[in-house]
Amino acid sequence: MRRIAHIDVNAFYCSCERLFRPDLAKRPIVVLSNGDGCVVARDALVKQLGVPMGQPWFEMKKFARENGIVGFSSNYVLYGDLSRRVMSVLGQFSPDREIYSIDEAFIDLTPQPMLEGRATGHAIRDRVWRWTGLPVCVGIGATKTQAKLADWIAKHDASLDGVCDLTAMAPKERQARFAGIEVREVWGVGRRLAERLREHAIFTVDDLRAADPRRLREHFSVVLERTVRELQGEACMDLEEAPPPRQQIIASRTFSAPVYDADEMAESIREYMGRAAAKLRQQGSVAKALGVWIETNRFRTQDAQHNGSRTISLPMATDDTGVLTTWAVALMRRIFRAGYRYWKSGVMLLDLSNKGAEQLSLFEAPMPMHEQRRTTVMRVIDDANAKWGRGTIGIGSAGLQGARGWSMKRELLSPRYTTQWKELSVARA
Amino acid sequence: MAQFSHGGARAGAGRPTGEPSVRIRVPEAAAPDILAYLDDRRVQVRLAPKPVATDARRRRVPRFLANVPAGFPSPAEQYLEDAIDLNAHLIVAGHEAATFIIRVQGWSMIGAGIYDGDELVVDRAEEKAIGRVVVAVHNGAMTIKRLHKRAGKLVLVAENPHYTDRVIAEGDEFEIWGVVQRVLHKP
Repeated sequence: MRRIAHIDVNAFYCSCERLFRPDLAKRPIVVLSNGDGCVVARDALVKQLGVPMGQPWFEMKKFARENGIVGFSSNYVLYGDLSRRVMSVLGQFSPDREIYSIDEAFIDLTPQPMLEGRATGHAIRDRVWRWTGLPVCVGIGATKTQAKLADWIAKHDASLDGVCDLTAMAPKERQARFAGIEVREVWGVGRRLAERLREHAIFTVDDLRAADPRRLREHFSVVLERTVRELQGEACMDLEEAPPPRQQIIASRTFSAPVYDADEMAESIREYMGRAAAKLRQQGSVAKALGVWIETNRFRTQDAQHNGSRTISLPMATDDTGVLTTWAVALMRRIFRAGYRYWKSGVMLLDLSNKGAEQLSLFEAPMPMHEQRRTTVMRVIDDANAKWGRGTIGIGSAGLQGARGWSMKRELLSPRYTTQWKELSVARA
Repeated sequence: MAQFSHGGARAGAGRPTGEPSVRIRVPEAAAPDILAYLDDRRVQVRLAPKPVATDARRRRVPRFLANVPAGFPSPAEQYLEDAIDLNAHLIVAGHEAATFIIRVQGWSMIGAGIYDGDELVVDRAEEKAIGRVVVAVHNGAMTIKRLHKRAGKLVLVAENPHYTDRVIAEGDEFEIWGVVQRVLHKP
């Protein structure tokens, strides 16, 4: 049987903000979208207070003061660096680790059948906490969908101490737990689909598990069929194959042959960024931060190892493949080291907002003609790629458009503790 | 096939087919040097079992050693060394993901050579903390002190006679944030 672990950091952005602020250990924390617009991340305490996602900050300032809620501007450079550390620690547990989002990863435990699930889960949890100071939960299942659900259970049942292993659970208990969870908590279902499932008398996870996958394919989609099969324990999704995470876009692959050369690596980055940017435009968003990572195969112990990763905040939000690719390749060149046998790379788009709704920085004019032309070009690229297949047209060498001023000041921005000498955390001696 | 019981190709016979090879020509006078050089390399490869590399930087192989130039090996090669890498020196190998830099404020640790404004290389993966200088979180504040155990109780000890020790009382919020591995001090 396959055994997959899903790991994610509890309230990742908020936990990052808390790491260097032990004075905030017990304070509720929210992280705001860029320009201090609205809530994009809440910790457990804030959720208890009933603050919804997307709540505008100015509307809740008074409420925040009264309830001791601390607000932070989003600090993607800090989150990116801490994410890199978490992923690096997770990589110690298995060569088959898929970075699924900035704060989530899957690990394939199948090759180590002797490891006891819960003990392994606790080892992962303790190690990540010890090394990075970030709290994670671990879910283990026979499929990715089960693993993700197990993680949800681990998060919501305090008696489990942050680890849930569905593969070691008695079928009766598993069924009882599934029956107590709303169907929309299943990976890839979501609120709207859950409403339609209601008409088919599917309310809980267990209802969905018990459903006939073929019938659901007729009424819904092949995706939902796969979900049901996965819930039943039949693996339909390999690592690196999954519905996209919300609020960020990732494109990453293991290479078919190792890469030794920065130019060759740049090609992979261009390709992935092309793919990620297309997804970005497809959902009508723009990104204001991006990350790049490259890694060698840690489990080829005969090789010298290097894992590089870097995240930056962009001067302005964009969905332009050219701009994004230029930044990504430049970042990659900063972390690339000659002489290593790289086997994987990836790009991540972060700090997403709806196109048109993005905050303009002080120095940005609202979309000049040039931008509009550029938008047309992007649409042509997407159309061509949709028609003739991915990668028909891409950006060869894309120049950065004229330099822009750095983004507006973010009032509640925490220091970049881990990447800037001038912004180090200070401790009293 | 039944027609012939003898002769012909036998499966699995002959030299194992490995990587394809090519012949190269070199100047006669240079041949002994080149052969000696190759031998040298071969021995090196055989004698050096590769340890599990946890520290990327230290195991880096200078690139041009991997290409075998046809001609005299450069005498400089035997002296070839990497430039000094401060990261490899200051960060415990394998603990890169757990290492943070923290700035010092205050004078309570001057006996340990830690001064106001210094930077500390703090390792969260280091497990032995007793007797070491640590960054601790005590009642919501980060503090730098030496950690001791006295009469079963943890004590934060300052290394400056003007400061008093702090005994961790029951009910205190206390956590070891990380262990100080290095001090970066500008004299």
